[in-house]
Amino acid sequence: MVNQYETVFIATPVLSEEQMKETVKKFRSIITDNGAEIVYEDDWGLRKLAYPIQHKTTGFYYLIEFKSAGEFIDKLEIEFRRDERIIRFLTVKIDKHHAGFNEKRRKKESGNEEKLNKEE
Amino acid sequence: MAQNQGEIRYLTPPSVDIKKKKYCRFKKNKIKYIDYKDPNFLKKFVNEQGKILPRRLTGTSLKYQRKVSTSIKRARHLALMPYVTDLLK
Repeated sequence: MVNQYETVFIATPVLSEEQMKETVKKFRSIITDNGAEIVYEDDWGLRKLAYPIQHKTTGFYYLIEFKSAGEFIDKLEIEFRRDERIIRFLTVKIDKHHAGFNEKRRKKESGNEEKLNKEE
Repeated sequence: MAQNQGEIRYLTPPSVDIKKKKYCRFKKNKIKYIDYKDPNFLKKFVNEQGKILPRRLTGTSLKYQRKVSTSIKRARHLALMPYVTDLLK
């Protein structure tokens, strides 16, 4: 049974740029290797946290939306827990309302990009 | 005299006299999904200390109040919103 999931994780701000890219690549490969398909990715970059986590006040946020079987999620979360660069993560199953919302937003975003291209 | 019989006399005069008809903004605007990732929208349902506002103040229906509270708790988990703060607004 293939479900849609969305996971957001926060990496410590101590990481340099390419270390952050490397962590993202690592998790992207974990997801794609286990027969899951990535639908959408979004890098929020460095953001201020509302409260300090592990005495750090900022963090790199990264969002990955993917389709996968249910059993894969435990493996993914073990990987998150094992990797000490990730200070927090949240995986959410996407229901139809959520999926509709994401579709609409992606259409809006792509709409803006087309507009921008036209203006250039 | 007639005025007293009709009205229940409060010790302190009720602050809001005119009863504004509360409505559930989710039903009205047909919002089906509350995104836990944008804190600015969720801030409308949280008071200055960062606590979730009750339904009697916001007027949202039960179904959407639960969705709001789960998305607020998710936002708090992801440090997009504070658990407790002062002068949040």
